[in-house]
Amino acid sequence: MIATLTVSERQAGLLLSIILAALGLAMAAAARQGVMSVHGFLALGLGVGLAFMLGGAIYDPEPDEDRLRSYYDAPTQFGIVMTLIWAVIAMAVGVWVAALLYWPEATPLWPETSFGRLRPVHTTGIIFGFGGNALIATSFHVLQRTSRARLADSISPWVVLLGYNLFCVWAVTGYLMGSTQSKEYAEAEWYADLWLVVVWVTYFVLYLRTLARRNEPHIYVANWYYLAFILVVAMLHIVNNLALPVRWSSAESFPIWSGVQDAMIQWWYGHNAVAFFLTAGFLGMLYYFLPIRSGRPIWSYRLSIISFWGITFFYIWVGSHHLHYTALPYWAQTLGMTFSVMLLVPSWASAGNAIATLNGAWHKVRDDATLRFMFVAAVFYGLSTFEGSFLAIRPVNSLSHYTDWTVGHVHSGTLGWVAMIVFGAIYTLVPQISGRDAMVSSRAIEWHFWLAVSGTLVYVVAMWNAGITQGLMWRAYDENGALSYSFLQSVQAMAPYYLLRTIGGGLFLAGAVICAWNCWATLRLAHGSAKDRPLLPQPAE
Amino acid sequence: MLKLHYNLERVSMGLVAAIIIAASVGGIVEIAPLFTIDETVEVPDDLRPHTPLELAGREIFIREGCYACHSQMVRSLADEIDRYGPYSQAGESAYDHPMLWGSKRTGPDLARIGGKYSDEWHVRHLIDPRSVVPASIMPAYPWLLKSLDTDLLTDSLATLSELGVPYSDEMITSAASDALAQSRPDSNETDGFRARYEERPAIRAFDGDPARLTEMDALVAYLQALGTLTVVSETVVVEVDE
Repeated sequence: MIATLTVSERQAGLLLSIILAALGLAMAAAARQGVMSVHGFLALGLGVGLAFMLGGAIYDPEPDEDRLRSYYDAPTQFGIVMTLIWAVIAMAVGVWVAALLYWPEATPLWPETSFGRLRPVHTTGIIFGFGGNALIATSFHVLQRTSRARLADSISPWVVLLGYNLFCVWAVTGYLMGSTQSKEYAEAEWYADLWLVVVWVTYFVLYLRTLARRNEPHIYVANWYYLAFILVVAMLHIVNNLALPVRWSSAESFPIWSGVQDAMIQWWYGHNAVAFFLTAGFLGMLYYFLPIRSGRPIWSYRLSIISFWGITFFYIWVGSHHLHYTALPYWAQTLGMTFSVMLLVPSWASAGNAIATLNGAWHKVRDDATLRFMFVAAVFYGLSTFEGSFLAIRPVNSLSHYTDWTVGHVHSGTLGWVAMIVFGAIYTLVPQISGRDAMVSSRAIEWHFWLAVSGTLVYVVAMWNAGITQGLMWRAYDENGALSYSFLQSVQAMAPYYLLRTIGGGLFLAGAVICAWNCWATLRLAHGSAKDRPLLPQPAE
Repeated sequence: MLKLHYNLERVSMGLVAAIIIAASVGGIVEIAPLFTIDETVEVPDDLRPHTPLELAGREIFIREGCYACHSQMVRSLADEIDRYGPYSQAGESAYDHPMLWGSKRTGPDLARIGGKYSDEWHVRHLIDPRSVVPASIMPAYPWLLKSLDTDLLTDSLATLSELGVPYSDEMITSAASDALAQSRPDSNETDGFRARYEERPAIRAFDGDPARLTEMDALVAYLQALGTLTVVSETVVVEVDE
C-alpha cells in the first residue's frame, strides 16, 4: 500500500499516524484502567505501527506519474481482505453461539466467552465488519468506474478503512470485556461512536469530491444508493447514540433517551440500519455488479428511480413495527405497519428489475456461479422483503415477535441476500484488480455456491419452524382455559431446530472459508493491476 | 417527473439534499410527537428510580447481555398477561436509560419477575441454572460472586439526574454507602437509606451473605425490583376480549 503513495502523501500519513498514536495515548492515560485504556493502547499500537511502516519507507521510490491515469484499487483490495477476515471470524462466532444454545454446558466458565457477550460480537462482526468493509471496498470501486475518475486523493480512503476497522475492533473487544450500551446493533460505547462519526464524515467528503471529478454527466444509480447509505446511516447513528458519559475517563455512559422514546428511536435506528446499511448499500452493489457480470444493462431506468425514492422515503417510517402491542402509542404502531406493507412495492420493484435484467443472460446464470450468487441474492431479497412486510402486520407480529421466526427472517436477508451479493461482487472484483481473467479455482466457487445456498435454506427453514412452534405454544390454551405449555416446554421443543440451524450456519461458514482461500490464492498470483482506465480530461481544441 | 429526475441526478448536492429530505419525514412524524404529547408518557406519581444497588445490578444485566434473550415488555395480549402478569405501560420505564424492552425471548420475559422467586433461587440459578431448572439452556454466571465495584455509582447517579431521573443531591453523594446498606440489614447506614428511598425498596442480603457486597447482590436486587417500581402495574384493568 505504501508503494502507491508519493513522498508527500507518506508524510501526511505519518503525521496522521502520530496524531492517532497521541490520541490513543491520551485515552489510555485518562482512563488508567478498564476497557477504555485497553482501547487507547490499541489505537496507540495502530498509530505507532503505521508510523513505523510509513517512516521506514518514506523515501522509497515513488509511484510514477502514470498512476493518475489509472484507478486507485489498493484500498479496495485492502477492504476486501478485511471483509473476508471479518466474515470468517464473525460467522465462526455465530456458529459457536448457535451451538451453545443446543449445548449450553459447553460454555467455558469465563466471563469473556459467555453467550451474552459473544452474541453482539457476531452481529457487529457481520454487519459492520463483514458488511461494512464490503460496502466501503466496493463503493470505492463502483464510484471510480461509474464516474470514470480516480479517487479524489490517496490518503482519505486509508483513513476511512483503517479508522473504520479500528471502530469495529474497539466495538467487539469492548463487548468481550463487558462494555456495551445494550442498544441492539449500536452496542459500541460513546468514544467509539464519536470516532465513527469522524471516519464517516471523511468517507462522505471523499465520495462527494470524487463525484465532483466525474467524467460522466449523470450519477449512476449505484451511487444514489451508496450516497443514501452514507447519509442516512450518519443520521441514524448520531441520533440513536446520543449519550452522556458517566466520566470522560470511563467507557460507561447513559443514553440521553429513556423509556418509550428510547424504544422508538432505537427501532427507528434498528430497522433503518437494516434499510440503509443492509439494503441500500447492497442494492448499490447489485446495480453495478449484476449488469457488469451478466453483460446486460439494467432492465428499467424508471423502475430504478421509483424503487430508489420509494425505499428512501418509506423505510424510515417502519421501525415502529418492532413495537406492536407494546407501550408505544397505537398510532405510531399503525403507521409502522402501514408503511411496512407499502414498502413491498419499491422492494419488489428493485428485485424484479434485477431479475428482469438477467433476461437474455440465463445461460450465463446456469454456467457462471458468480452470476448465480447475484441471482440468488436478488431472489432472496424479494423473498425476505415480502416476509418482512408480512411480519409487520399486527396480528402476524403477535405470533412471530420475540420468537426465532424473527431470527430466521433476519438470516434469510443477511445470508440469502447480503452475503450472496457480497460474494458475487468479490468474485467479480478480485480477478479484475489482480489483473487476471478469473479466480484461481472456479470449482471452489461452485462448491461455495452450493454450500451457501444449502446452508441458508437449512438455517432459514429450521428457524421458521422454531419460531412458529414457539409462537403457537406460547398462546395455546387447554379446554379449561389455562395455558397449555410452560415456557420451559417451548424451550425444550427448540432443541432439534437449534441443532439444525447450527449445521446450516456451519455449511455457510465452510463456504466462506473456501471463498477466503480462493481470494487469497488469486491475489497472491496477481498480474499487476486492473486494466481499465479513467477518462482523462481532454485539453480544449 | 422523469425530466426533473434526469436533471437531479446530474447534481450531486441536489441528490444529497433530496435524500436527506426524503429520509427525514418519517422519523420526524413518528418521533417528535412522543416528546411533545404529555399523554404519551404519564409518569406515575409513585414511580421510584432504581436504588444504587439495583442500578449497579442493571449495569451487570446489560454487561452480560441478558437483554439479548430476555425481554422486559409484556404485550397487551391475553396469553402474555396470563403468563407474565399485567401488560407493561410506558410510564414504568420512564426513568430507564436505556430501556431494556428487548426483542427476543430465548428465555422468558422478565418485566414482572420481581418477587416471583426467592433470592436463594436466583443465586443458585445464576451460578448454575441447570441445578434448579434441569432443562434450562441459560449459561452459568459463577463470576457474579466477585465483589461489587461501587466506584462509578456516585457519578452514575449524577449523570442520570442530569438526564431527568429524580435523584437528590444526598442520594448522589451517598450512592456507594447506600448500595452497601441495602445489602446489609444490620448495618448503621440502613436508616439513612430508608430516609432517602423510603419504605419500598427491600433491604436484604440478596446473595445470602451480609458480610460481602457482591455483583450477585446487585443483580438479584435488580431482578427482584423488576415490575415493582410503581404499583400502577398492579392496578391495570385487564380488558376481556369476547
